[in-house]
Parts: sequence; C-alpha cells; structure tokens
Amino acid sequence: MTTTAVPQAPAATQPLLSVNRVAKTFGKNIVLSDVSLDIAQGEFLSILGESGSGKTTLLRLIAGFERPDSGTIQMAGERIDSLPPYKRRVNTVFQSYALFPHLTVADNVAYGLKVSKAPRGEIDSRVREALAMVKMEGFAASKPSKLSGGQQQRVALARALVNRPKLLLLDEPLSALDANLRREMQFELKSLQREVGIAFVFVTHDQEEAMTMSDRVALLRFGELEQVATPREIYSKPATAYVAQFIGHSNLLRCNVSRGIARCGNVICTTSEADGPAVFSLRPEAIRLASAAGATDVVRFKATVLRQVFQGATELFELDCGGMTLNAKIYSARVPAGESEFEFALSDFVPVKESR
Amino acid sequence: MFSRAYKAAVALPPIVWVGAFLLTPYLLLFCNSFWSVRDGQTIVHDWGMQNYSKLVHVPVYAEVLLRSMKIAGGVTLLALLLGYPLAYYVAFYAKRKELLYQLVIIPLWVSYLVRAYAWKTILGSDGVMNTLLQYLHITHEPVGFLLYSPFAVVLTLTHIYTPFTFLPIYAALEHIPKNLIEASQDLGASRIKTFWRVIVPLSIPGILAGATFAFVLSLGDFLAPLLLGGPSGIMISNVVVTLFGAAFDWPLGAAISACMMVLVLAILFLTEKLEKKWSFS
Repeated sequence: MTTTAVPQAPAATQPLLSVNRVAKTFGKNIVLSDVSLDIAQGEFLSILGESGSGKTTLLRLIAGFERPDSGTIQMAGERIDSLPPYKRRVNTVFQSYALFPHLTVADNVAYGLKVSKAPRGEIDSRVREALAMVKMEGFAASKPSKLSGGQQQRVALARALVNRPKLLLLDEPLSALDANLRREMQFELKSLQREVGIAFVFVTHDQEEAMTMSDRVALLRFGELEQVATPREIYSKPATAYVAQFIGHSNLLRCNVSRGIARCGNVICTTSEADGPAVFSLRPEAIRLASAAGATDVVRFKATVLRQVFQGATELFELDCGGMTLNAKIYSARVPAGESEFEFALSDFVPVKESR
Repeated sequence: MFSRAYKAAVALPPIVWVGAFLLTPYLLLFCNSFWSVRDGQTIVHDWGMQNYSKLVHVPVYAEVLLRSMKIAGGVTLLALLLGYPLAYYVAFYAKRKELLYQLVIIPLWVSYLVRAYAWKTILGSDGVMNTLLQYLHITHEPVGFLLYSPFAVVLTLTHIYTPFTFLPIYAALEHIPKNLIEASQDLGASRIKTFWRVIVPLSIPGILAGATFAFVLSLGDFLAPLLLGGPSGIMISNVVVTLFGAAFDWPLGAAISACMMVLVLAILFLTEKLEKKWSFS
C-alpha cells in the first residue's frame, strides 16, 4: 500500500524541531539512549517501533510531559526541553483521545483558544472551520460520550489543529479503531496533513501504517534509532538486519565475503563489502524465475522448491538453495518441480548491519 | 433461578428489621407531631396542626433553626476548604498516598465523644489555648469566648466532618484520567487554568457528596453544641432533645423532627440530582 506520489523530505534550511542526543531513564529502565532526530517544516514523520521501544516517551518529551535526562530539544532554533507543555507550540492527539467529558464538542475544540484568550468572534469561526475540516460540524453541541470512537478521534484532531500548532504529535491515534475505519482514517489524516501543511509526528507500532502515511519513518528499537529514512529507502535499503525483518519480511543471508565475492549457499554475487562475514537482505518479492535472456546486473542461482503457499495475488515459495532456505514471492503458480533457476537484481542484494 | 420461597426467606429478615425499627418509629413520630400534651403529663390524640403553627408563630424555633443552618453552612464551607486541598495534594502530589490517606481516616476510629471533649480541654479556661495565650503574654487572664460559643461548635464539627468531605473529593480526583490534565496543558492551559477548567468541574460530584455529608450531619448534631456550645451555641437537635426529655412535649419535638426530615430529604434529593448532572463516566 503505497501512494503514487514519490515522497520526499521537504528541504528546509533549519529543521522545525531538532532532538539532540536525548536520553531518558525511568528508575533503572533505560527508555531512550542518545536519540537524535530532525523534523522538517510540513513533514509527516512516523516514529515506528514495537511496544517498549521508547516511541511514546520520545513523543512525550517533545510534548513536554517528560523532561530529558540529558540532551536538548530545539524548536526553530530555540531550546524547549525545559518549557512546560503549555508554553510549547506543539499539540497532541492522545491515544485515548482525552476529550473533556464535561464539555461539548464545540467547547472541547474551543478550549485551546479560550485559555489563550482569543477574541470571541474569532473563536466561534475557527471552531466551526476546524469541525468542518474533520466533517463533524453537525455534532458541535454533543457531549463526547455520545460519539463513536472514530468521531471522538476527529474531534480530538480538530481540537489540536484549531490552535494552528507548528507541530502536531499523534500517539497511536488509530489503534483503537477497527480495520476498515482505520484505513479510511489513514488516508484522511494524510490528506488533511497535506492540506494544513503542519508537521506531523505520528507514533505507531504498525509498519504498514507508517509506510503508507509518512514522508519519513524513524524506526526505534530498545531506545535507539535503527534508521531514519523515506519509506521507499527504508524498504529497499534497510540499514540493519532488524530493519530488514521488521519492515515487510526479508531473507537475511549470512555470507562470507572474500575478494569482493559474497557466497552463501548457491548464491554467489559481487559486493563492495570488506572481506569476512557479512549480512545481506534480500526481499522475497525480489526473487523471480530466471528469464531466458541473460540480463546484466542480475544474479542467478539454482534452488529446489520445498514448499508452496497460496497467498492470493502471489505464491510464497520456500526454496532450498544449497543448504540455505530462502522465501520467494512469485506471481505465478507454475514453478517446475525439482531444481529450477531463479534470479534477482544485484541492487536488491543489500548489505545490512548485524543488529545489536 | 431461586424459588419464590427462597427469595422471600432471604428478604424477610431485613424487611422486618426495617419495618420494626425504622418505619414504625418514623410513623409514630409523624403521628405524634399532630397530637398535643394535656396538663404537661398526658399526650392526647387530638389530631391537628397546632404544633406546626407554633413552629411558625413562635420566633425562637426559627431562630435556632437558622443558627443551626448557619453553623452547618460554616462547617461545610470550612470542611471543604480544608478537605479539598488535602484531597488534591494526596491525589496528585503525595509520594506516600496510602499513609496520608490512613492518617485522614484514623481519627474516624476515635470516639466522637473523645474528640469533642478534646476540644473542650483545648478551649477551656484552664485549657491549652488559654495557657498558651497567657504564657505568650497576649492575655493576662483566661479568655472566655473560646469555649461555649458557636465558634467552638463550628471548630469541633469542622474537625469531625473534614474527613467526610475529604473522602468523596479524593475519590473524585483519583477518578480523573491523567491524560485529561495533560491534554489541558497541551492545549495551552497553565496549572491554575487546568485546575479551574478541568479538575474542579470533574470533581463537582465529590464536592457535592462531601458538602452533603458535612451539612446534613452537622445540622443534626447535638453533642458538640451540648458540650461546647453554651447558651449561645444551642442547635435545633438540642431543642428536640429537651422537648422529648425535661419539657415533656413529644408532639412539638416530633413536629420539629418531621420538619428537619423533610428539609434533609430535600437536600439529599437536590444534591443527588446535581451529582448526576455533573458525572460523566
């Protein structure tokens, strides 16, 4: 699920937000260690990670609910890490929405404007505008308890965006929604972000969600960043073995390199890696049946099919190539039994760092 | 499912209990309030409104009732002013919540009478307060107004009923999701604005429950005014006690009791409604 437009990190002279070597521990538990991350103006950045990776803590540090033990957070060049949340031009959409139960939808949305003493007429028009933006104008007088999860989600979004923050933080905002609504909200959220042009930092544990929506993905593991890159890059050029396996699924080939040649089972190909052991990632969908014409920059290898699993659009083949098992996704059920020749493009054979 | 016989067997004892020891006395009380006393000795069953009309026409009863309500109102206000910050601190800032919570609860295990007497020792003419005042040369002889005054009654009742305001307010504060407080700050509200716009509205059910406890319980109190009130600190329950005792005017006492009951039920009904209106979970 990728959008057709080629995502790119917007070029800016100064990052909107820059997180510098930030560390945070709770008791003896090291939640974040030495995290550095820049967020550009108008960018959609996802912080992706498994539970316990520290992604929510990173978000809470940016919002101001936690203070870093060391390191700095700067917004447009100014340090904000010691400011309380109410002095930061950052707004948050909470995982459980956190709508005020005693206020109507309109009053919830107006909250930020009221506490900052905006003129009354302006409050009304901006609240109406914000509710229209999330298609909730018909619910202005309702109490949050009367709304469905998806509707509460939209109100929470309007309540944050009405303040025109420079940066919007979203803490797994879609995790409570069912699959269909979730997909719908993903697209809506993305188009809303393009429309308002505010930078979004979106925390999620769902790699597909991160890939679909983001300009860039920051993958966090055990409180350290594994890789920060565009979805295409993180998919095609994973930096570490962990990234390769976490984003989609990947074959990890543990090879021995000598004099520019990597060998692993029947797979033999050229590499620029130094001599010695090395790990390579090869996507299952990069492997295909060998074509008749001998193309350049293609690696061919012989393998036998161990197992074939129907997966709808594709077939998953488990291949044995010289004592090593490879998974291959192929758009054809017709693979001859016994030994066949397969191939993949040399550029799909990506060296990765062994994970910590 | 349980059989009808089983259900009846289970329900019968409490029904008999409530009927015999609650409803019947109330009914007798209510009947009494329409009767009258002849020759100061016998109660005659001549049904009429004479007792109620006496309550309206003799000003002393309204005066005492008004004073009782003033005292109860003062106690309620003070108990809220003490109980709310305490509950707020324990709910949001205290490191050792359980300990503090227990410290507030423990006085409830001490006999009411002991606590009232304690104040008598503190406020009396040879009491702690007066000794201190003289020691510090603020006064040269014991000050009389401390004890046997509405002040002493309010002080004692506030001490006794503050835990009753603390408990429901603490429960309400504990119940407020922390992310609402974070959301408020995130939207630009300082701690003080967050307190007034989020924490106070969401703790209104607790405030109402606490205020109801403090007001209703101190309105009907008769021990504190008896021990510490003196003539100027008499409350409505003391009048009832006298009417049922030395004065032997059960019918008039019953009429006052019936009025008080209506008043209290009205307060309970009203606060119940308000609490419902302000609870959102």
